[in-house]
Amino acid sequence: MNKILEVKDLSVSFDTYGAEVKAVRGVSFDLEEKETLAIVGESGSGKSVTAQSIMRLIQMPPGKFVNGSILFNGEDLTEKPEKQMENIRGKEIGMIFQDPMTSLNPTMTIGKQIAEGLIKHRNMSKKEAHLKGIELLKLVGIPTPEVRINQYPHEYSGGMRQRAMIAIALACNPKILIADEPTTALDVTIQAQILDLMRGLQEETGTAIILITHDLGIVANMASRVAVMYGGKIVETGTVDEIFYHPKHPYTWGLLGSMPKLDIEEEELQVIPGSPPDLADPPKGCPFVTRCPYAMSACTKQMPAYTNISDTQKTACWLLDDRAPEVQIPESAIVGGSEINA
Amino acid sequence: MVTYILKRLGYIILSLFFIITITFFLMHAAPGGPFASERALTPAIEAQMNEAYGLNDPIHVQYLDYLVSAFTFDFGPSFKYVGQEVSDIIRRGLPYSLVLGLEAMFIALAIGVLLGVIAALKHNRFGDYTAMIIAVLGISVPSFIMAAVLQYIFAIQMQLLPIARFETFAHTILPAVALASTPLAFIARLMRSSMLDVLSTDYIKTAKSKGLGQRVVTYRHGLRNAILPVISYIGPLVASILTGSFVIEKIFGIPGLGNEFVVSVTNRDYTVIMGTTVFFSVLLLVSILLVDLVYGLVDPRIKVAAKGDKG
Ligand SMILES: Nc1ncnc2c1ncn2[C@@H]1O[C@H](COP(=O)(O)OP(=O)(O)OP(=O)(O)O)[C@@H](O)[C@H]1O
Ligand SMILES: [Mg+2]
Repeated sequence: MNKILEVKDLSVSFDTYGAEVKAVRGVSFDLEEKETLAIVGESGSGKSVTAQSIMRLIQMPPGKFVNGSILFNGEDLTEKPEKQMENIRGKEIGMIFQDPMTSLNPTMTIGKQIAEGLIKHRNMSKKEAHLKGIELLKLVGIPTPEVRINQYPHEYSGGMRQRAMIAIALACNPKILIADEPTTALDVTIQAQILDLMRGLQEETGTAIILITHDLGIVANMASRVAVMYGGKIVETGTVDEIFYHPKHPYTWGLLGSMPKLDIEEEELQVIPGSPPDLADPPKGCPFVTRCPYAMSACTKQMPAYTNISDTQKTACWLLDDRAPEVQIPESAIVGGSEINA
Repeated sequence: MVTYILKRLGYIILSLFFIITITFFLMHAAPGGPFASERALTPAIEAQMNEAYGLNDPIHVQYLDYLVSAFTFDFGPSFKYVGQEVSDIIRRGLPYSLVLGLEAMFIALAIGVLLGVIAALKHNRFGDYTAMIIAVLGISVPSFIMAAVLQYIFAIQMQLLPIARFETFAHTILPAVALASTPLAFIARLMRSSMLDVLSTDYIKTAKSKGLGQRVVTYRHGLRNAILPVISYIGPLVASILTGSFVIEKIFGIPGLGNEFVVSVTNRDYTVIMGTTVFFSVLLLVSILLVDLVYGLVDPRIKVAAKGDKG
């Protein structure tokens, strides 16, 4: 498999009044052709900042690249001039946002919004772009696309808007599609349809997907690999099987434990007690230390290095150090067969 | 669409009715009358004049006469200027006021929008601060002081522009700028905050994520949405320009409608007061209607009402 994207030690900060918010602190991951990588983690862990950094959509200032590189086809995107980035956005990498109610321009027809990218990157005429737009709307499952193409976003339902958004993102056959919580704002039945659509289109076009979500159910359905983020860092990464069946990081255990289970009767959902770290003044050691039931003194002092569990799984946790006590994975984090396919 | 416009026209007529009624009774509640100030008149002559102009009729008869004259746009002769019809006075003053008003509106909109956009694009930098200082000055300095300051600087000190009257284009510049200053400042601030809002929306991110250039993103996607609040401000803008013109025309000695209106009020020239009031009201109400129609063209979400009417 070929790596098409390599994020290496990426750090992104925001200069705010009085403090530097270190939103992403040394994140590394690869994306292979045609695969789906899920990035999971709770709110504020830096998922969107990571995703938008790849597209260079972060406002700079206040944002800034502190460190690291983003290699796409061997070229570092963090150093590309803005003009050259324009030829990557939309053409090589497409993006879908969380809320389809706000991610489409309310005063422009859907057709024009799809056509823009085609005209820019494919040198199409307005007419060609219009016809291609109809084709794309049909592809993403919008009925009577010839009519719908001339409508405005407010004439679409939420699910249809997200379909239109997918059509925009995939218009120029990008090699990578970044989907930042594409279904969080939609209701459950529509969620499933949108995910099905994305999976189907991926099979057709061979686009690699970076899928950002909090929902482990979606991960199990969609992804081949998972990166678990916490406090601006990736604390564990591995294949879906590894993360679900052999998780090594206490935060991953917590995430799995807070997933609703179908086969076990539970009084209430498990939650991870405590709140995430203040990224304006992040802890010196492991960011999870204040909430980790297994925290040791080493955890407060230094961020643990990654331990290679397998060729594909890496975990940053002091529990994996030789000197650490043996800890058993808690009952609640053990995943049965059923909920993964839920 | 047609039903919608008809409905709106109905409202305009209703509003006019109230405006006329209120003006009529206020006018008569104010002490004095059209012939009261001319001391030379003997009571006998004054009584005769009142009789001739129908001022001795019972108030409800006068009121009905006014209503009829207002809705036929035939206000009759001026009480003060013998032999002049109200419509002549309006026709004479209108061109001046129209030029002044349109020029001021153009300045307020063009420069206001420009300053607002610059401020938003240079957010928290030099350009932003400069534009907002201009805006705060414009809002806090009343137009009559602005007028005097402009006259002092550009006419007296620099001798660049004529100080008063309204003859050539050069004459129009100072009064138009003075008249525009307050709404201009308001528009600049409105535009700035609306542009900042729009630039931080998701759909701007979407536009960028398509690979569109900075300029296309800012203007095609940003400006068009950000300008919507400014369009809805055009109604109040017309009102502000109208009322501002009463003062500015006086200061610059412009023989426009605003001036005519002020003079007619001090003279208790009932027919002229009524004529200009109705004229101004119609102008304002119609421009508000036009603004709403234009808004519907720019913002597709608004068309829903019109479409509902059609179907
Ligand atoms: N423009 C900004 N200025 C200051 N801080 C920012 C800015 N954008 C993001 N942050 C901070 O960066 C951190 C990470 O934010 P990010 O949006 O990446 O979280 P996330 O993992 O996507 O969360 P969610 O699941 O809620 O979308 C947050 O603490 C946030 O406050
Ligand atoms: Mg996010």
